[in-house]
Amino acid sequence: MASFSTTATVDETRISLGDDGILPPTRTGGDDGDGSPGVPDYSTRLRRARLGLLVALTPVIMLFVSFSSAYVVRQGLPTLDPRSNQLVRDWIPVTLPKLLLINTGVLILSSLFMELARRQIKRQVAGAAPASVSEVSSGDQVRIPWLAITLLLGLVFLFGQWTAWRQLAANGFYVATTPSSSFVYLLTGTHAIHLMGGVLALFVAGMASLLRRSVATRSVVVDVTAWYWHFMAGLWIYILCLLEFAS
Amino acid sequence: MGLILLVVIWLITFISTYFFIAKTWWLPVGASASTAGIDHHFTTTFILMGIVFVAAQVALGYLVWNYRDRGSSSSKVAYSHGNTTLEVVWTLLTTVLFVGLNLATYNLWAAERFDPAGANAVRVEVTGMQFAWYFRYPGPDGKFGATNPELEDASAGGEAALGLDPKDPASKDDVVTGTMVVPVNREVEVILRAHDVIHSFFIPQMRFKQDAVPGLAIHMHFTAIQTGEFEILCAELCGLGHYKMHGMLKVVSPDEYDKWLAAREAEKQ
Amino acid sequence: MATHDFAAQESHAHAAPQGFIRKWVFSLDHKVIGLQYYFLALAAVFVGMFLSLLMRIHLIWPTATLPLLGDIKPETYLTLVTMHGTIMVFFVLTTAPQGGFGNYFLPIQIGAPDMAFPVLNMLSFWTTFLGFVVMIAAFFVAGGAPLHGWTGYAPLSALQSAGPGEGLGADLWIISIAIFCIGALMGALNFITTTLDMRAKGMTMMRMPLTVWAWFVTAILGLLAFGVLLSAGILLLMDRNLGTSFFVPLVTINGQLTGHKGGSPLLWQHLFWFFGHPEVYIAILPAMGMCSQLLSVFSRKPIFGYKAMVYAILAIGFLGFMVWGHHMFMSGMSPYTAFAFSIMTMGIGVPSAIKTFNWLGTLWGGRIRFSSPMLFAIGFVSLFVSGGISGPFLAQPVLDIQLHDTAFVPAHFHLIMGVASIFGIFAATYYWFPKMFGRMMNETLARWHFFISLIGTYAVFMPMHYAGMAGQPRRYSQFTEVHYLAGLIPLNKFITFAAFVTIAGQLIFVVNLFWSMFKGPKASDNPWEATTLEWTTATPPPHDNFGGKTPVVHNGPYEYNVPGAPRDYVMQNDPELKAAH
Repeated sequence: MASFSTTATVDETRISLGDDGILPPTRTGGDDGDGSPGVPDYSTRLRRARLGLLVALTPVIMLFVSFSSAYVVRQGLPTLDPRSNQLVRDWIPVTLPKLLLINTGVLILSSLFMELARRQIKRQVAGAAPASVSEVSSGDQVRIPWLAITLLLGLVFLFGQWTAWRQLAANGFYVATTPSSSFVYLLTGTHAIHLMGGVLALFVAGMASLLRRSVATRSVVVDVTAWYWHFMAGLWIYILCLLEFAS
Repeated sequence: MGLILLVVIWLITFISTYFFIAKTWWLPVGASASTAGIDHHFTTTFILMGIVFVAAQVALGYLVWNYRDRGSSSSKVAYSHGNTTLEVVWTLLTTVLFVGLNLATYNLWAAERFDPAGANAVRVEVTGMQFAWYFRYPGPDGKFGATNPELEDASAGGEAALGLDPKDPASKDDVVTGTMVVPVNREVEVILRAHDVIHSFFIPQMRFKQDAVPGLAIHMHFTAIQTGEFEILCAELCGLGHYKMHGMLKVVSPDEYDKWLAAREAEKQ
Repeated sequence: MATHDFAAQESHAHAAPQGFIRKWVFSLDHKVIGLQYYFLALAAVFVGMFLSLLMRIHLIWPTATLPLLGDIKPETYLTLVTMHGTIMVFFVLTTAPQGGFGNYFLPIQIGAPDMAFPVLNMLSFWTTFLGFVVMIAAFFVAGGAPLHGWTGYAPLSALQSAGPGEGLGADLWIISIAIFCIGALMGALNFITTTLDMRAKGMTMMRMPLTVWAWFVTAILGLLAFGVLLSAGILLLMDRNLGTSFFVPLVTINGQLTGHKGGSPLLWQHLFWFFGHPEVYIAILPAMGMCSQLLSVFSRKPIFGYKAMVYAILAIGFLGFMVWGHHMFMSGMSPYTAFAFSIMTMGIGVPSAIKTFNWLGTLWGGRIRFSSPMLFAIGFVSLFVSGGISGPFLAQPVLDIQLHDTAFVPAHFHLIMGVASIFGIFAATYYWFPKMFGRMMNETLARWHFFISLIGTYAVFMPMHYAGMAGQPRRYSQFTEVHYLAGLIPLNKFITFAAFVTIAGQLIFVVNLFWSMFKGPKASDNPWEATTLEWTTATPPPHDNFGGKTPVVHNGPYEYNVPGAPRDYVMQNDPELKAAH
């Protein structure tokens, strides 16, 4: 027969993972520094969300690794031409529209603004008193809407990609024209779909503010979205280099 | 229950092993130069893996019977979290056994696959298509003529099925057949091609198998050491007719082969 | 008297749900989600078994007309082959052990109140369910389901005109798999984050039960592999519908050019098997973890060599990504690369052998109780040995020349995946049924089920080795065209009849399962006297798993018959025994 004895445990002061400042000490137990019983504290939520993002990015990386290896293999692949009984290589590189460089600039800029948004809300969390971190921010100072600007730039990027595809098509390069054009559309298209996911996340982050979610919740959402956004920017630069230089 | 388990496990083990040892259903009789080496290695693997199989199953049966809970007459349980020495020993032994077994096949594999066919080999181009095998000999000029996919007409058979291009002078003397004929004791180089999907050229009695992949011309070789007729099967799922993509290899004496080939070549003139 | 150590609970993000929809349909509770996955797999396995029964009937009576279904044409047979394999591998073997039992018991076994992301967890199930619906839909569209095998080799799978079913049916097949990939990735995300971040105090990685290690490594495998499968599916959809030529070279179908050129059929194989090989370890690792767990519980002895078992799981996971080429020895791949892959493949046999030794070592010196979960665990060891032993034959390229694409290959993988892994699912069902449903399953029915299944599956799959050695190829809808195959028909008849009996025996399990849910004798909180955390909580567990408390762990998971302890088991959160672990 079992008997239960509860042992309340109190954790030591924990330093948060935030980059700019030390959060107030947290403790485990029913009522934590957050103020709301039964909800994990801010640093735990942030850590868990970031871990989740890291894990989630792994299959995204694998997807693009897989596409990249298919790309490299296909480039060098000879195929049998039955008419001549010879192995021939048929890779014709695609000239990428210059517009892609401008789009790259837009995306890098958006990453910058995204980072500003992330730090802005971090400061809000750090600056707030422990008991009020779970409250809706009072919003008394004027804050530059970095988040909205990022979202806007993200949409500009996507529009720019769409225009670049139209330019490619105008030059006669459709998705099935050559193996190289197939990969251009494949890589840029898959990236764009993932970026649309990021745009959606930005929208959700923005909504979290309008819907008056707590500063802690919004900070976690913005933080994870920001890292995802930076990753998408880095991924884009990788894709561009792959298409331009590994040709 | 422990005893029942022992009996069931041991019976399953011994019955299965019996049929392997008795060779009730076994590899078809081999007729190629590679047979001796391959079959010998089969036997080696069988013996070694067979010993492991029987030992493990016998041990399992014995352990579950011997260490059954006998109530109060059971001996004390040997509380143990393991034995590192034992772990290291059986890990090393297993590695040596498994990797060693495979390394021992290096020369066989090299002879089959690394080394190309000799200069004196009979060259036959083997083409798979849904759902037939065609064989092409290069003719007196020793060259395979060009084929053109646009000229393919499978219903006409032979040259038309391959899409042989009459405009290429090298095609004129190419001999195309639905049966593969080769001389005994002479290396045969096969050049495997496919028109539509992946097929696989499998001659069980020659211990030969190789996928025929569209877009590739794969060079392989074998040497038949007995005359006779040997069945060719397709061994890669290729569509609804996969089960009936059936061919025939005829291995004949060198004289018969020369006569047969000369007659086919004469038809092309 | 044992004491259990609990702390006040740290966190549980949501209150218990009310209402039927929130409680049973769109539940966020990992336990409900686990059951949802389990019953999805149960439905899928009956579909899969039915398909295989039709296959076996057709092989020995190719011209038979079946009631309701009519004649089975060669292309229909191949559709059965394709869908049987696909449904079993994805919706049974990748769903029940991981999505089913993993979801239910991973959080509890590590002392957590739920998975890290409950909403994502709920979405992962419904995504998987959608994938299943799309897969089944392929049967009912024009042309029917595809015939290209679960491996979907291009160009057969890439060309709509290559055969019946290769039209919309093949597109749906790919889309279903893509949806499944997404669901599986969502699940993997939860498993990994939860295991790393939500273990209770004192639950170090090296105190986790081997079931948790298995689910954790399986999730990592899935995380790395499913993205590659998704990429292959995208490329295949593009080749089929957008005219690209990733996998299709210049080919003609029925004499007609297809407009493709330059693609590589081998590229599909590389991408598919880079996923496909880890997938088979995804299918077996949870069952291995289960076997380790049960052998220890029912031998009343710690698992022999816990550390070695953990390293073996990690080694299998890691090496599993380096051996995919052994599916391609005859594909036209470079023979040098082939040989390298074969050495790695023999290498991966080593950790599997270590696990087998350690299972035997656990039984040795124990006091074995033959409860139904234990029977299936013992059966698992036997089947794993049998299935594993045929591996070294296939792994050696010179022997694979003869055995590739013969019945020897399905003999090998069915014994491992189709039986051993399934025995893991059965074992887990009998073991955790009391905890999930508060009642015991019937032991007599369980024993009948066990013996029919063990003997039956051996009778079905052992003879396939002989058939394969004798040269019986895979995926032949009938044996009427090749002369030497006629001699193998009696053997095939035996296999078919054994399959009938074995499948019939599974009805005993289904009856036992559903009857016991409502009428089985009530179970106590810890009927098996086991040590892991799920047995410290109520039966069934409350919504937050531990009733407002969090366990504090002091011991390893396999402390049975500890010298000096008052009973023959010590719970993980029992502070009395400060063992070395």
